Amino acid sequence: MEKAIKRYFPIFALPTLLAFTIGFILPFILGVYLSFCEFTTVTDARFVGLKNYIRIWGDSTFIHSLWYTALFTIVSVLAINILAFAVAMLLTKGIKGTNLFRTVFFMPNLIGGIILGYIWQLILNGVLAYWERTLTYNSAYGFWGLVILMCWQQVGYMMIIYIAGIQNIPGDLIEAAKIDGANNRQLLRHVTLPMVMPSITICSFLTLTNSFKLFDQNLALTAGEPSNKSEMLALNIYNTFYGRNGWEGVGQAKAVIFFILVAVIAVIQLRATRDKEVQA
Amino acid sequence: MMKKKLLSAVLGAAMAASLLTGCGGSESSQTEAPAADTKTEETAAADTAAKTEGAETETAGETASTGTGKVYYLNFKPEAAQQWEDLAAKYTEETGVEVSVQTAASGTYESTLKSEMAKSEAPTLFQVNGPVGLATWKDYCYDLSGSEVYAQLKSDDFALKDGDEVKGIAYVVETYGIIYNADILNDYFTKDYAVVKSVDEINSFDSLKAVADSIQENADDLGVKGAFTSAGMDSSSDWRFKTHLANLPIYYEYQADGIGSTEAIKGTYLENYKNIWDLYITDSVCAPSLLSSKTGEDATAEFALGEAVFYQNGTWAYTDLSDNGMADESLGMLPIYIGAEGEENQGLCTGSENYWCVNKNASAEDIQATLDFLNWCVTSYDGCDTLAYTMGFVCPFKEFDNYPAANPLVNIANDYVSSGKTSVAWTFTTMPSENWKNVLGSALLEYAQGTGDWAAVETAFVDGWASEYAAANN
Repeated sequence: MEKAIKRYFPIFALPTLLAFTIGFILPFILGVYLSFCEFTTVTDARFVGLKNYIRIWGDSTFIHSLWYTALFTIVSVLAINILAFAVAMLLTKGIKGTNLFRTVFFMPNLIGGIILGYIWQLILNGVLAYWERTLTYNSAYGFWGLVILMCWQQVGYMMIIYIAGIQNIPGDLIEAAKIDGANNRQLLRHVTLPMVMPSITICSFLTLTNSFKLFDQNLALTAGEPSNKSEMLALNIYNTFYGRNGWEGVGQAKAVIFFILVAVIAVIQLRATRDKEVQA
Repeated sequence: MMKKKLLSAVLGAAMAASLLTGCGGSESSQTEAPAADTKTEETAAADTAAKTEGAETETAGETASTGTGKVYYLNFKPEAAQQWEDLAAKYTEETGVEVSVQTAASGTYESTLKSEMAKSEAPTLFQVNGPVGLATWKDYCYDLSGSEVYAQLKSDDFALKDGDEVKGIAYVVETYGIIYNADILNDYFTKDYAVVKSVDEINSFDSLKAVADSIQENADDLGVKGAFTSAGMDSSSDWRFKTHLANLPIYYEYQADGIGSTEAIKGTYLENYKNIWDLYITDSVCAPSLLSSKTGEDATAEFALGEAVFYQNGTWAYTDLSDNGMADESLGMLPIYIGAEGEENQGLCTGSENYWCVNKNASAEDIQATLDFLNWCVTSYDGCDTLAYTMGFVCPFKEFDNYPAANPLVNIANDYVSSGKTSVAWTFTTMPSENWKNVLGSALLEYAQGTGDWAAVETAFVDGWASEYAAANN
């Protein structure tokens, strides 16, 4: 049997491999190549070496958006995971209407980012109008607006993952802890948390990469205003590529750096949380 | 065992094949190559007779499509989007040539053009906004010097040239200034607090400011919310200030220095720019802190509903205003006075930032089809009628002498010229880059809402010009 699988491996893997090559590997290689080029449209590139990578550091908006994104990622990863875990704990206690609540909390995830962005822009601008302000008055408004938006969208999704994790904890483990005299806090700290560590790994990975790569919501909510101060990395790359003539290659170089950054951070995070996972 | 193996092999092959076909089918809209590949494979599998037949039909189909060519117009003007589509449909009906029109959303033309031009089905007809735009796209522009549409042009002033080659042709000449609501203004002149008694007396920045201030002060009595419509800094409206309003300090500086473009602006008239901007945001229908989210539609609505008296915009705004119920006779237009010397003779700002360019890289048939379409637009009855009356354009082509303007704002603009006022040229086509405008716009907004100071505007205007010019010309 194993021999057969080996023999037919190419046949079964080929379609997927082909699609993966066309849809991912080729564009990726082309993208990396373009970061060393100057061009107006992607079909007429001219090789210029490392020039684009050097020009990045002359662009102050890039450094700003890097810090802004990093800060946003820290805040939103913490906020989303803590909220999602808390909601998951509540909704596994057997309260009346649990299923309804789970559905309601999950629903924002079904709406696309652009639409969510515009909806929240209307809501937040409506609230801020009371003080004669708008979201784009100050980048701090945009920042917290984006945190609220992302929490609203992602908490439900992460909640589902946490609920699955919590429900997987063997009942006898909790019972044993209770017989040993553990209080609720000890139960949470020494039984529940270690047992849902795999869920925490997944959720923090998802929220971390989602926050870092955030684009639609950023574009719809503030579009980087005022003065590019609420512009996150992905939007900064997009604006460099499309918004500035002669800067297309620089945008591409930023994208390559962005990719390396996200990959490195994600690997570090996975390592860090994996180490804490335990077996029941 | 053998059977099983055979079965799995066949199944596997079938899966792979269906997937491949799926791939080819879905990609055909993007690129032609994969679809063509699948076609060849299928033909190969069939018997010889069918193969020849298939090949024959394919060649026949190709000649039919290449014989006519097609037109793809990437339109710059959102306010004329529907009209262009209607005109294209009419042309297709008349000649059978396929014309598709796409319109980029306000403020996104350059980015849309950039991604569209990289496609295999690239626009055959696109626009640049002047010499700076041409610098980016000149390698894509077909030389129009031998074309029929260039021969129709009234004057060479409307052609955009690169050496001897005609790269772009202006198809609409536009004028902007401060549009005013004549009904409210006339009502104001009858009041005892009016500082002037007729619109002719508003002929300088000082008189404009005096009028605006007293309207703002007595807004309730006049039934308005403010003198000026909101100076919205949303991307649908911010070009009115970061580009059009910024034209005036640049124009006067060019005049003073006797130049037509520069690599480093001095900002001689920045103080005047500040004054007019202060006027716009102070004597306004809304608090300056709300400007960042105000849109172009907001300003149109405020003006059309009579909530404001003054509205900085141009002849192109007429369709939107009349759609919103403004009567022709309540429209008037004033020059944008910024307090420069000799401004009592200043007229409106007239020029063009809409140049047609034909894509050099399109197939010969498509280029010919595009040229034919353009020629039809500026010579046929349907084309001229639509451009002149439905879109309300002033077109610099010979045939349009037979189509006098119906747009009242255009007539007002003509009156200014015939009364001997000096039109202000559109110097903003020499602004070094889009980014310069964006940074300036952000600085203007921050100054308006009080989160930034005027020094940032000065930096964006002067230092930004030099650095963007250097970046663009390296």
